[in-house]
Amino acid sequence: MKIFLGAAPGVGKTYEMLTDGAARARDGVDVVIGVVETHGRAETEALVRGHEIVARRAVPYEGRTLHEMDIDAVLERAPRLVLVDELAHTNAPGSRHPKRFQDVEELLDAGIDVYSTLNIQHIESLNDVVASFTRVRVRETVPDSILEQAEIEVVDIPPDELIERLKAGKVYLPQEATRALSHFFSKSNLSALRELALRRAAQAVDAQMLDHVRALGVGGTWAGGERIVVAINELPGADGLVRAAKRSADALHAPWTAVYIETQRAQSFGEAEHRSLAAVMNLVTRLGGVVATVPATSIVDGLKAFLVDARGTQLIVGKTHRSRLFELRHGSVVDRLVRETPGVAVHVLPLEVSADAPARFRMPRGPWGSRRGYMWTALMVAGVTAAASALFHILDLGNVALLYLLPVMAAATLFGLRTGLFAGLVSSLAYNFFFLPPTGTLTVNNPENIISILVLLGVAALTSQLTSRVRAQADMAAASARTNAALAGFLRRLTPLSDPVELARTICEDIARLFDTRTVVLVPNGSGLVVQAASGMDFRLETMEMAAAQWAYDNAAPTGKGSGTLAASDWYFQPLRAGDKVQGVLGLSKDDGGDPLRPDQLPLLTSLVDQAALALERLRLEEDMRDVEAVRTRDRLRAALLSSVSHDLRTPLTAVMAAAAELHHGTTPELIATIESEAARLNRFVANLLDMARVEAGALNLKVEAVDLTDAVAGAAHDARRSLEGHAIELAVPSAMPLVKVDQQLLHHCLLNLLDNAGRYADPGTPILIEAAHSFGMLKLSVIDQGPGLPPGREAEVFETFRRFEGSDRAVGGTGLGLAIVKAFSEAMGMTVEAANRSDGSGARFSLCFPSALIVRNNSPESEY
Amino acid sequence: MSAKILVVDDEQSIRRLLRNTLERAGHQVIEAIDGRSALAMATAERPNAVLLDLGLPDRDGLELVPLLKKEGDTVILVVSARDATDQKVAALDLGAADYVTKPFDGEELLARLRVALRHRGVSETAPKIFRKGDLEVDLDQRIARRGGVEAHLTRKEHDVLALLAANVGRVVTHQRILAAAWTGPEEAPVEYLRIVIRNLRQKIEAPGAVGSVIANELGVGYRLLGDH
Repeated sequence: MKIFLGAAPGVGKTYEMLTDGAARARDGVDVVIGVVETHGRAETEALVRGHEIVARRAVPYEGRTLHEMDIDAVLERAPRLVLVDELAHTNAPGSRHPKRFQDVEELLDAGIDVYSTLNIQHIESLNDVVASFTRVRVRETVPDSILEQAEIEVVDIPPDELIERLKAGKVYLPQEATRALSHFFSKSNLSALRELALRRAAQAVDAQMLDHVRALGVGGTWAGGERIVVAINELPGADGLVRAAKRSADALHAPWTAVYIETQRAQSFGEAEHRSLAAVMNLVTRLGGVVATVPATSIVDGLKAFLVDARGTQLIVGKTHRSRLFELRHGSVVDRLVRETPGVAVHVLPLEVSADAPARFRMPRGPWGSRRGYMWTALMVAGVTAAASALFHILDLGNVALLYLLPVMAAATLFGLRTGLFAGLVSSLAYNFFFLPPTGTLTVNNPENIISILVLLGVAALTSQLTSRVRAQADMAAASARTNAALAGFLRRLTPLSDPVELARTICEDIARLFDTRTVVLVPNGSGLVVQAASGMDFRLETMEMAAAQWAYDNAAPTGKGSGTLAASDWYFQPLRAGDKVQGVLGLSKDDGGDPLRPDQLPLLTSLVDQAALALERLRLEEDMRDVEAVRTRDRLRAALLSSVSHDLRTPLTAVMAAAAELHHGTTPELIATIESEAARLNRFVANLLDMARVEAGALNLKVEAVDLTDAVAGAAHDARRSLEGHAIELAVPSAMPLVKVDQQLLHHCLLNLLDNAGRYADPGTPILIEAAHSFGMLKLSVIDQGPGLPPGREAEVFETFRRFEGSDRAVGGTGLGLAIVKAFSEAMGMTVEAANRSDGSGARFSLCFPSALIVRNNSPESEY
Repeated sequence: MSAKILVVDDEQSIRRLLRNTLERAGHQVIEAIDGRSALAMATAERPNAVLLDLGLPDRDGLELVPLLKKEGDTVILVVSARDATDQKVAALDLGAADYVTKPFDGEELLARLRVALRHRGVSETAPKIFRKGDLEVDLDQRIARRGGVEAHLTRKEHDVLALLAANVGRVVTHQRILAAAWTGPEEAPVEYLRIVIRNLRQKIEAPGAVGSVIANELGVGYRLLGDH
C-alpha cells in the first residue's frame, strides 16, 4: 500500500497518485480506479480517462444519492492495484464499513494493492495537534496503524505556491467549509502542517527501517527501554491523552499501555460515562495500544501498582481543573504520584475538552435515596422526639441533643448521605421546635444551641460519607470477586474438555449465563463457518449474520451490533483469537434485539473470549500433535512394511519358483515339501497383511456373538495344524468356563497367530499349553510354549508391528505382523493382551484377557435331561 | 466312485489345477468360465456335481445355486474366500451341499466331494453307532466310550451329535442344529449350542486333540469328522 500524504488540500495528491498509477499501468500492472474525486479539474480528469474505473455504488441517503466505492465490485474485479482517493472519507450510512479506510483494509486483506491519498490532519494521533494551531478540527480520522503498513510519499509544494493556487481557484473546498477554512491556509499554518507531514513520513520510514533491522535480527531494542503508560478515564479529553501517549511512543519507539484505574467512582457511572470510557478504550486499540483495567481503592495506589507491574518508565496523566479547596482537602493526585513513583517521569497534560466532544458533562449524580428511607427517618425522629418528651423531666437539653444523634446516624448508615442530611435537618428542627426554648417556635436564642444543630448535621454528613465509602469498597470488591470467580469458573470448566463440540457448548452456556444473551460459537469448516454450539435452540442465523460472522473471522475484528462493521445486525460477533490465528467466532444477541453488551461488560467478555480462544487453540494443537504422531507412526509402519514385504514375500516366492523349476528335472519329496510349506507361508503372510490393512483402514465390522473358548481353540488348532506339527496341544479349560461375547472370526485370527507363533518358537517336540483361568471377574486365555522365551524387560514390545527380536528369527518365517494383529484385534473387541516369560524362564506366555463386560453369565442349554 | 464334475471358475489356473486333482481321483471333468456357460453346460451335460466359484464375471455365484439345483440331481460345492461366512451360510441355505475355502487343499477338496456325493439323494438317518479311532458313540444308548471310559450323553448332546453323525463329513449350520435339537416355540440362542458342543467335546475328544472330532466352521456351523 502506498499513501500520498499531503499537508493540506490542494497540494496535488490525487494528481500524483494518478500519475503514479498510470506509470504502473504502463509497466503492465493491472490498475483500476476504485474512487477518485476530480472536482472538475481538467488535468486530473485527463489522467482519470486513462484508467479503467469500477462503477460506484449509488446509496440513497436522506433524499440525495451518494456515490460510494463499490467494494464488492472491486473485490470481484480483483485487480493488482486499485486507486482509492481520500482515505479518510466517511462512507454513507448503510455501507459495509463506516469508514473508507476499513474498505481499504479489506481490499489489502484480499491481496489487492492500494494507492490512496491523505491529508496530515486526518491522522488520528496528529488530529488534535493540528487542531491546536489551526483551530479547525476534522472529524474524519484514520488510525495510525494504517500508515504504519504503508509506504508514504509526501506530496509537497511550498506554502506560497499553494496559496497562489488557492487564489487562482485551483483548490477545491467544500462550499460550506470555505469560510472556516480560509484562515487555515495562512502561511504559518501551512508551514507547520508541511513540517508535520514531512516529520510523520520520516517517522514511518524510521519505523519500517526498525522493523527491517529487527527482522534481520540485528538487535535493536526499544530506545532506552522506555515504556509509556497513560492513565485514562471517562472524562472528556482523555482521548487527547491517548493521542499524546501514541505520539511519545512513536517518537521514542517505545511500547505503550493505557491503564484505567477502576475506583469506587465507577459505581456511580451512568450510560454516558461507560460509553465515553469505551470510546477511549477503542481509541487506544485503534492506535495500536493495549488497555489494562486495574481495580483499586484510589487512583494513585492503582497507578503505582500498575507502573511496577508494567515496568513503566513514563507516565502520562491528565489534570482536571479542580478547585483549590478540593486539592487542599484531598491532596493533588499529581503531587502524590510525583512523590510516590520515583524513577518514573510523570507528564501532566491538561484534560482539554476537544471542540467536538460534548462540552457539558454530567457529573455523576449520587442517589437521592429511597422514599422509604425518608419515611423511616421521619418515624425515627418522631419516635426520639416522643421518647425525649416523655423523659424530658429527667434529661437536660444536651442529652436530648445526644438522643437525636441516634436517628441521624442510623439514617446516614442505612440510607446514605442525603437521607442522613435530611435526618440531621429534621432532627435539628424537631429539637429546636420541641425542646429549645422558646419551645413551639423555630427561633434559637442561645448560641450554644446553634452548635448542637451544626453537630447534628455534621455527624450526618460524616457518618454517611464513611458508610458510603465502606459500602462502595465492599461493592467493588464483590464485583471484582464476581469477575474473578466467573473467569476462574470458566477456566475450570474449559480446562478438562477435550471434545471440540463439548468445549464450544460450555463456552456458549457460560457466556450466555454471565451476560444473559443468546450465544453461538462458530468454527471454520472447510469453506466457511458453521455453528459448533449454541445456547438454546430457538433461533437461527440469517445470511446477514453469517456474513458478519465470516467477516469477523476473516478480519479478526468484531462485527455486528455495537461495532463499526455491519452494525445493522442484531448480533455482535467477536473473533476468538489466540496468537495470530482466529479459532472461531463468538456471537451474542439479546432476545429483544437490544445491545448484546453494556460497555462495562466488554473487559470481562474480552477476558473470557481470550480464555475460550486459548482453550480452542489448545484443542487444535493437541489434534495437530496427534496428527503428527499418527503420520510418524504411519511412516514407520510403511518403512517396516516395505522391508517386510520385500523380504517375507520374496523369500517364499523365490523358494517356490526355484523348486517348481527344479521339478522339470524330476520330482523329489523335498521339492514338493518346500513348495507346500513356502506357499503356506506366503498364504499366511498375505492373510496377515490383509488383516492388518483392515485394522489400519478401521474397517473392522465386529459381529459379536457368544463364543465358547474350547470351541474357538478347536477351530484355531485345526487351522494352525501345519505350523503346530510336532507339538501336542494341551488344553486346560475348566468345564464351567463361561462363554465370551466376541467376534468369533477375529478371536480365531488371534488364536491362530498365537498358536502359529508358539509353533514356530517352541522347542521341537514340546507341547503347547492352552490354559484358561477365571479370576477377579476377568477371564484369561493363555498360550504357553516351551522355548527361548522373550528378551527380559522387552516383553511388551513383541506386540509392535514388524517387531522381531534380533537373533530370534531362526529361519522360522515369522511375518512380524502376527502379534500386532493379535493386539489390534483384541483391542478392537475390548480385550487386552499380555506377553510374559514363564516364571521358570522356560518359554513364553501370551494371554488374551477378557474383561467382565465380555463374559456371558451362564445359560443352561438343557431344559430337560 | 467316478462322477462327472462341472468346474465353474473364471481363472484358468484354478480350472487346470482342479481338473488335475479331480482326474487323478478318477472323475470326469467339464469346465465353464462364467454363469451363463455353466447353466448351459449343466443342462447339456447333467453333471453329478458342480464346483462353483462364487466370484464369477457375469453374475453372482449365489444366484446360480438354485438354478443349478433345478437342472437335476446335482451336488453343488461352493468355493469361496476365507472370510465370506455370510456367503457360505447363504449358499448352504440355498441348497449347496458344502463348501471349500480358498486356498484349498486338494485332499480336503476330494474328501468333501466324496462325502457330498455319498449323501446325494440319501435320506439322512443317524447311524446307531458312530466310530472314529478309539471313540465309539452308541447313539441309541446315549453312551460315549473312549479309551475304556464311558460317558453318558444328555438328551440335547445326543440330538446334536445324532444330527452331525447323520451328516458326517458335511458342515451343518447352526440354524439347522438349533431347529432340530431345540423344538420350542422360540428360537434357541446359539449360546446353548456352544455349551452343548463344549460338553460333547469333553466326552468324545481326547484332551490333547481338541477339535479332532467336531470341527468348528467359524460363523457357519459344525462338522463331524469321520475316519477318512
